[in-house]
Amino acid sequence: MPKLTIDGIEIEVEAGTSILQACEQLGIEIPRFCYHERLSVPANCRMCLVEMERAPKPVASCAMPCGDGMVVKTNSETVLKARKGVMEFLLINHPLDCPICDQGGECDLQDQAMAYGFDRGRYLENKRAVKDKYMGPVIKTIMTRCIHCTRCVRFINEVAGVPDVGAVYRGEHMEITTFVEKAIGSELSGNLADVCPVGALTHKPYAFTARPWELRKTETIDVLDAVGSNIRVDTRGAEVMRVLPRVNDDINEEWLSDKSRYAYDGLKRQRLDRPYVRKDGKLVAVSWADAFAAIAAKVKGVAGNRIAAISGDLADVEAQFALKELMGRLGSTNLDCRQDGARFDTSVRAGYLFNSGIAGIEKADVILLVGTNPRWEGTLVNARIRKRYLAGNVKIALIGEQKDLTYPYAHIGTGPETLQQLTDGSHPFSETLRNAKNPLMIVGMGAFQRADGLAVQAAARITGEVYGMFRDDWSGFNVLHTAAGRVGGIEAGFLPGEGGRDLHGILDGASKGEIDVVYLLGADEIDTAKLGKAFVIYQGHHGDAGAHRADVILPGAAYTEKNAVYVNTEGRPQLARLAAFPPGEAREDWKILRALSEALGATLPFDTQSQLRQRLLAANPIFAAVGQTTPATWAPFGVQGAVDAAPFVSPITNFYMTDPISRASVTMANCTEALVGPAQERTGTHG
Amino acid sequence: MRPVGKEGDEEAMAFLDRAARSLFLTELVSGLALTFSYMFKPKVTLNYPYEKGPISSRFRGEHVLRRYANGEERCIACKLCEAVCPALAITIEAEPRNDGSRRTTRYDIDMTKCIYCGLCQEACPVDAVVMGPNFEFSTENREELFYNKQKLLANGDRWEAEIAQNLAAEAPYR
Repeated sequence: MPKLTIDGIEIEVEAGTSILQACEQLGIEIPRFCYHERLSVPANCRMCLVEMERAPKPVASCAMPCGDGMVVKTNSETVLKARKGVMEFLLINHPLDCPICDQGGECDLQDQAMAYGFDRGRYLENKRAVKDKYMGPVIKTIMTRCIHCTRCVRFINEVAGVPDVGAVYRGEHMEITTFVEKAIGSELSGNLADVCPVGALTHKPYAFTARPWELRKTETIDVLDAVGSNIRVDTRGAEVMRVLPRVNDDINEEWLSDKSRYAYDGLKRQRLDRPYVRKDGKLVAVSWADAFAAIAAKVKGVAGNRIAAISGDLADVEAQFALKELMGRLGSTNLDCRQDGARFDTSVRAGYLFNSGIAGIEKADVILLVGTNPRWEGTLVNARIRKRYLAGNVKIALIGEQKDLTYPYAHIGTGPETLQQLTDGSHPFSETLRNAKNPLMIVGMGAFQRADGLAVQAAARITGEVYGMFRDDWSGFNVLHTAAGRVGGIEAGFLPGEGGRDLHGILDGASKGEIDVVYLLGADEIDTAKLGKAFVIYQGHHGDAGAHRADVILPGAAYTEKNAVYVNTEGRPQLARLAAFPPGEAREDWKILRALSEALGATLPFDTQSQLRQRLLAANPIFAAVGQTTPATWAPFGVQGAVDAAPFVSPITNFYMTDPISRASVTMANCTEALVGPAQERTGTHG
Repeated sequence: MRPVGKEGDEEAMAFLDRAARSLFLTELVSGLALTFSYMFKPKVTLNYPYEKGPISSRFRGEHVLRRYANGEERCIACKLCEAVCPALAITIEAEPRNDGSRRTTRYDIDMTKCIYCGLCQEACPVDAVVMGPNFEFSTENREELFYNKQKLLANGDRWEAEIAQNLAAEAPYR
């Protein structure tokens, strides 16, 4: 443990710590551009120069490891002069077009030029100008502003694992570019604009629309996948202007997937802003009272077992819990929150959670992916696996569809029979699993969305048991969900009750005429043709498939418009906060259900959200640990049985359009066009 | 008891002096003389709507949005004027124009809120928003004082000659 002196303060740091990190521990600010704590250290901006005794020149503190007995000065005359000099060189070719730059107001170069630079330029020669590059539908480039810190190159190569961005030419002629004029094929490309310390890479959808100082910032969570990334929603008035990641080392570190970041423009389109009732085959706008009256007229007198409810991917815990209570009062046990038709055992928590935690991936030494494409199902989970891969000494294997996951893996099979071969040790990969200290298995929805889902779950569990994935000190059995509402729904008990039907039963019943009323809580991904002649009530925020089929539409709030609890795939309850009010007459979902219950004569016993949450806590105490995971105890789960040999297929065919919000988004449509399907295979010789 | 001796004499003289002045209306005459004297000096009043006084080149009157000589609007939607405005009178919305340049889609000034401090023109990096020499923009109703971009640009076209002259005159001091 080297001991050194910085600005007269003695500090002992761990070996390998750089001087810059040691300074941060002491709270001394060192200006920097190229250094980023989650990327490698190139030391090419030279802004972090400090003076060190017995060194002939100032040293770059980001790349200099602390040594015993070093004496460092960070605010001496030499250091200040060095910083001013570096800043002047950086500004030689920087255009100083801050008034039209989207980074203006939150720009590292702007801030540091104010703090450490000269107040005027001495450079009178012509400035360099660089042609802008095309980097895809979400990243806008103004390459003249680039200061060549190479953060973007390092991010895309290291974290995203898609080596599409690089630098060409040398010295003053160096240019950052994609190879060649091609959209960046990464689901994390939005982070490039975040890591860029200047305005060279900015967010295309946000271009010129707002300034950082006029935005109201709300810290909330993302619900467009089950990862539960922490985000900050910036609003101006009632409009969401942009979405940025928040640091949470347990979940998303400081990255965010492109869908979560750019689908927000879908919040402004296709919105349901008032109740509708279908009259003579046409949806007619009505008042809340009329909509409730229409429901009451239909539902009253219908037997409980002829009523069913399905909740969607974006449904929050409160709404699902309130709907469950309401259905209970109506005598119905036909509930399912698995609108994708996945079959898995929900009786044991360990059987449906990401037990190791997303951060736990870093402790694994063998990773087995089963029926999942983590790159699309949980982009930041995939980023974690890649981080683990970069750390070295890990073996990754996949059972299922072969896809580019940004890291090399062994493709050891396509279907459930490979799990059985692993269990009985006849598969060559079982040797690797046997020698693993912390084996980790990630099971995707592709393994459960099939008729033999329960048997596959049991087979995966047995494989896990054989290779020690359920130990007291290590739980390596993980389920990667695809929907933010799923785990919350399961924890709130939004599942078929005693004698109740699950999703398949509800749809069968509805098409056979055994179910008269179906309540869709934001469920759009079901096969609405199977709802038959049932009376469909749709509560949600977008005019999507569910609303199209509905007989009554109740306009709800999207995730940025309500205070609500969501549970991510790890079983971590997190609070979404209201950033803007719902449009028009739309209301928070639990309020709608509370009001409806009164109209149906089955009043729910809560008037405020806190009363609702108290009831929720009484039903399941895991919701109390907001932001934390409650470890699941292990017990056998799944139903052992015959498995089908059919290969696993990932449920997501288009990463950019998985839910009503992203389907309504123009940016996501642009991304789909540029990055998914035929566009990916297209080469330069086409057309 | 009446004062006697020298003091008594002075008091008697003062009484006579006062009596003579009021008897001969000397104050009235001197006042009128001053009034008449102004008849021979140049007059300072203006026949206002037809005659106007000189205005400083720093005068802060009605706002305008200026254009470049080629007709391109100067405003680049940097929103610094909106940020600096202490009365929150300015509202700006922007988006990329078809040619990719940064331009406003909305530039409103609520003239009923404006306190004519001139911070907006100080903040403007491209001399787009300028407070021109015009102070005669009273309206018949309140709504007409909510200026939009069209109105401000039209103002700019109307006052460009004077404003350019004023800015040139002030350039050495900025």
